[in-house]
Amino acid sequence: MAGFVQLLISGLATGAIYALAAIGFTLLWQTSQTINFAQGEFVMVPAFFVLAAMRFLELGFWPAMLFGLVVTLVLLGAVFKLALVDPMLKHGVLPLVIATIALAIFIKEWVKNHYTGEAQRFPSMVPSGTVSIGGATLSNHDILVLVVAVAAVVALQLFLTRTVTGRCMQATAQNRAVAIVLGISVQRMILLTFLLNAALVFLASVLISPIYLAKFDNGETLGLVAFTAAIVGGFNQVRGAIAGGFIIGLADNLTAAYVSTQYRTAVPLLLLVAIILFRPQGLLGRAEERTV
Amino acid sequence: MTTPLWGRIAAAAALLFLIVTPQGLKPYGLLLLSQWAVFSIAAVGLNLTLGYAGQVSLAQAAFLGVGAYTAALMTTHGWPLWSALLAAGALGFAIGWVLGYPALRVQHHYLAFVTLAFTTLAFLVFRNETWLTGGVYGINRIPRPTLLGWPTARDPLLFYYFCLAMLLLVLAGMWRLTRSPWGRAFIALRENPIRASSLGVDTRAYTLLAFAIGAGLGALAGALYAALVQYIDPSSFTLAESLKFLLMVVVGGSGYFLGPLVGAAISVLLPEWLRFTEGWYLILYAVLVMVLMAWCPSGLLGLLDRLVRRAQRLSHAAPAAPLLGKEPGA
Repeated sequence: MAGFVQLLISGLATGAIYALAAIGFTLLWQTSQTINFAQGEFVMVPAFFVLAAMRFLELGFWPAMLFGLVVTLVLLGAVFKLALVDPMLKHGVLPLVIATIALAIFIKEWVKNHYTGEAQRFPSMVPSGTVSIGGATLSNHDILVLVVAVAAVVALQLFLTRTVTGRCMQATAQNRAVAIVLGISVQRMILLTFLLNAALVFLASVLISPIYLAKFDNGETLGLVAFTAAIVGGFNQVRGAIAGGFIIGLADNLTAAYVSTQYRTAVPLLLLVAIILFRPQGLLGRAEERTV
Repeated sequence: MTTPLWGRIAAAAALLFLIVTPQGLKPYGLLLLSQWAVFSIAAVGLNLTLGYAGQVSLAQAAFLGVGAYTAALMTTHGWPLWSALLAAGALGFAIGWVLGYPALRVQHHYLAFVTLAFTTLAFLVFRNETWLTGGVYGINRIPRPTLLGWPTARDPLLFYYFCLAMLLLVLAGMWRLTRSPWGRAFIALRENPIRASSLGVDTRAYTLLAFAIGAGLGALAGALYAALVQYIDPSSFTLAESLKFLLMVVVGGSGYFLGPLVGAAISVLLPEWLRFTEGWYLILYAVLVMVLMAWCPSGLLGLLDRLVRRAQRLSHAAPAAPLLGKEPGA
């Protein structure tokens, strides 16, 4: 039983990280019809910004984290939107999809060839150690992940529902034309969404890298998980992405323990196919009107 | 529909070039050219899915894998290659049909996600089901066929001609297909799905058919690939490889008849030419794709098309003839 509780909690912890990546993915889709196929690489690379700052600029851990956050916001937030998404939106969804696929290759190859192809240790924000709660032994890092990720999700929800800016963002996501009529600066809101996504992937990156190590090809699995979580929960719902993240995290950990480690990556995918078959709008999603 | 004279001359010249130049090539050059022909077949299939039916498939390498393993298992157990080619194509078509059916019930990008999942699952099966696929060690000593009593195993040039002949066969079939009423329905679908469906085209059935045929051609290419390289393992059929096929079609020019051939040539030959750049090749390729998407999403042939049209307009020539096999929107 203690083993099960342990699995449950570490599943929730990884699920919380997946949820962060999935929320960003969903937000981008909602506000600017951007399906970001580089989302996995976006979660992979901020850890390397931090590592590079520690190695080349010889910064301490926390200054390096700050540096990494700023670089992530600038490159994966602002530059991504202004240099890649904006010029392509007028061509429709497909070219942008292809461009983000190319961007994923670009990021991956850059890290592999100009930093390292080896898996890198990444320091946790808390000292290593374990805490025992009700017979289950949990690492400090797992607890940190749960606390930080849940706090981030709650803060995000409060921001989106309680602040004027957040409500403007939601309006932009729901109906662009009406948002413009209401005098909302749509472009500024979209930029804000991209920055928010950058902040979320940064958080996900520094939380997951101490668990799975930082490696150039981590993005493949992470991206897959982010899409899956977003679709399982409902492509057009932030709440859905959160639920999807937790479901995938739990399913992943429980399969690895009780069914098969060889096929653990298959479970989220089977879940994805089942959702598409039986509930294409996702668990919490609203059905979108069909275009044809 | 008549092809302009210069188009026929260009096609004949290209064909002659493909037949004559390899005579003096070393085995490695022939391997690359054969690879180009094989990948072109897979890319032509994907072009039907992407360029004509407008659906993103991220599973072409997985279909290649299905075909390659089918052929490897059959030919190492004594079946002739032609039977393996047929079986692989049929299996690819069937899997494509089953996979596309649920995804295409819902519009948008769901086929992309389903094919993404399929690629990863297929890779896991190739890697983990050791009893069937040899796991990470793969299957080796895949025999090459004997053509008209002439074993191609010792003659790479002959095997190249075999691959080229298969490519031409596929192209001829595709040419017929895109000019038949069926193919016209595909084009109607791409240009304006709403109008197509209001004119009585069953858009879902045609999209599904385009995807299944594309998958079948991917598997056919896979069977040829197995015979070409004679050793297969799961690493050739990953998601990254599927993305490579997608980029091939897009870079060449999706929806253009010859686009996939151009894209495949770039994808196979560019790494060789850019070998001196070492780690930079894929980075440069990715930049090329991004620039192309921002500037001219219809790919290199689209770019060429645009330049030719501009030249024609400047010289006040006759209205532009359909170029390179892409019919302008009705």
